Amino acid sequence: MTRSGRTIAVISAGLSQPSSTRLLADRLAQATERHLVERGFGVEVVTVELRDLARDVTNNLLTGFPSPTLSRAIDQVVGADAVIAVTPTFTTSYSGLFKSFMDILDPDSFAEMPVLIGATGGSPRHSLVLDYAMRPLFTYLHAVVAPTGVYAASEDWGSNPDDVKPLPDRIDRAGAEFAAYVERSDRAGRLVDPFAVHVPDGAGVGGFQAH
Amino acid sequence: MYANALNNGSAPAVQFGIFTVGDVTTDPTNGETPSERDRIKAILAIALKAEEVGLDVFALGEHHNPPFVPSSPTTMLGYIAAKTEKLILSTATTLITTNDPVKISEDYSMLQHIADGRVDMTLGRGNTGPVYPWFGQDIRQGIPLAIEHYALLHRLLREDVVDWSGTFRTPLQGFTSTPRPLDGVPPFVWHGSIRSPEIAEQAAFYGDGFFANNIFWPKEHYMRLIGYYRQRFEHYGHGSADQAIVGLGGQAFMAKNSQDAVRAFRPYFDSAPVYGHGPSLEEFTEQTPLTVGSPQEVIDRYAGMREHFGDYQRQLFLMDHAGLPLKTVLEQLDILGEEVVPVLRKEFARNRPAHIPNGPTHESLVAARDAELAAAPGADAVLPIRQEA
Repeated sequence: MTRSGRTIAVISAGLSQPSSTRLLADRLAQATERHLVERGFGVEVVTVELRDLARDVTNNLLTGFPSPTLSRAIDQVVGADAVIAVTPTFTTSYSGLFKSFMDILDPDSFAEMPVLIGATGGSPRHSLVLDYAMRPLFTYLHAVVAPTGVYAASEDWGSNPDDVKPLPDRIDRAGAEFAAYVERSDRAGRLVDPFAVHVPDGAGVGGFQAH
Repeated sequence: MYANALNNGSAPAVQFGIFTVGDVTTDPTNGETPSERDRIKAILAIALKAEEVGLDVFALGEHHNPPFVPSSPTTMLGYIAAKTEKLILSTATTLITTNDPVKISEDYSMLQHIADGRVDMTLGRGNTGPVYPWFGQDIRQGIPLAIEHYALLHRLLREDVVDWSGTFRTPLQGFTSTPRPLDGVPPFVWHGSIRSPEIAEQAAFYGDGFFANNIFWPKEHYMRLIGYYRQRFEHYGHGSADQAIVGLGGQAFMAKNSQDAVRAFRPYFDSAPVYGHGPSLEEFTEQTPLTVGSPQEVIDRYAGMREHFGDYQRQLFLMDHAGLPLKTVLEQLDILGEEVVPVLRKEFARNRPAHIPNGPTHESLVAARDAELAAAPGADAVLPIRQEA
């Protein structure tokens, strides 16, 4: 199946308003979209701000089911062709809110999902959060994590940018690379509903056979 | 067809009752925690009250870890059997994963004789991780265990002599489970699940009932699960999809005045072990079938369930958890039995098609078996309920 449109879900786990995490997430989405448009694809970007869902996420952890609002957000994320996930760095790792959101998803729901990882932090010395925290999490979920992730420290936004590889260049490189993964993804077109009766006659779920 | 044969006798079309998990929980309004003895006696009193107020079913959970006390359901159900006349004794759930199917067959057949047939059971996998290793099993094998154990249980209840070997249990050669089921008809089996299509498939394959506890999650989730079970029930030839045997859980707290119910129940809700400290009472009642209000509000909510799930056979309510004192629970059962259920019986009977099976009872299963034998004498009938003898 060929489709000319791709849906990208952006997860932004920043807590402040406005947040540099959201800023980075938007830039990564724009860069990816730009490269996909150049390749002839239409792109729909949906952004999930976890701060707006913080209570619902906690309630889901306690009750085991999502509120209608959270349910829509989850459907947008797991039903996308690709995901851009960006978190602030808290205590050497992703934020608790980001992890809580990931914890309520079905463990199979990220299988084969192209994922572009990003993180923000106060100091460039935390940049390995991408490869020590974010990447293993998505690898565990059997996602396809793009090789280049982007870490933005506070100084990247202001007076002391990296002169050799400034943030815009890193974002553009990540977007170009990720666009190739998104182009190949057709996840949104082939989601399987476990409760839809699609088993052929004679074969049952769980190994049951017809009489 | 089998489903058609269940609709006989004077048994209620829809069986109403209560189910309990048997938690020992501190009453948040006064800090008092009942002793295990007090809680066990309270559960027994609640069961007897269920019959007194005209309910049809009492179902008891099975747990092997505190704060739950009912580790030995047939002991408690045996006592209740001796003290009641009409009440159907059931479980919510019997652990098909960690119990030996041989022992389930023996225990529930024994209970069936003691209770003159007023026994059925709901099988479930259980959801507490350590219980599996405590009983020598692996939680990752939950579904294969449920499937293999039930396949054996199904045979033990129907075949007088069983030769069997499988993965999870020592083999059997020439084994007879005693006593044999009453009248040669095993207790009706419901399969309970909150999320697994495999278990809905299992229930459909055997033509057994499917019970959705329906209390923790939004109804839309259970609608999909039950819709799946109904379609597969028809596929396996047990009847049409709308004849599949469906049971639902529910949850209510009532007072004459709606606001009084909310005020009285809120402290129990807010610290309930299952959903406390999370969503508000208002959010939870909107999103799940929990109804806190006047008896009429409960009637309206539950009379509407058949619109979502189709006509069904059993409705159980969770009434005695989260530290509610016995006195309050008994008052709730008075309201449920006297004001709510009689109206619901009328509502459920309205426009209920004649081909929809009634809730299964021992008498109806015996009659269905006899009708099948009369229709095809000597034939090896393909029926979920039969005796090889």
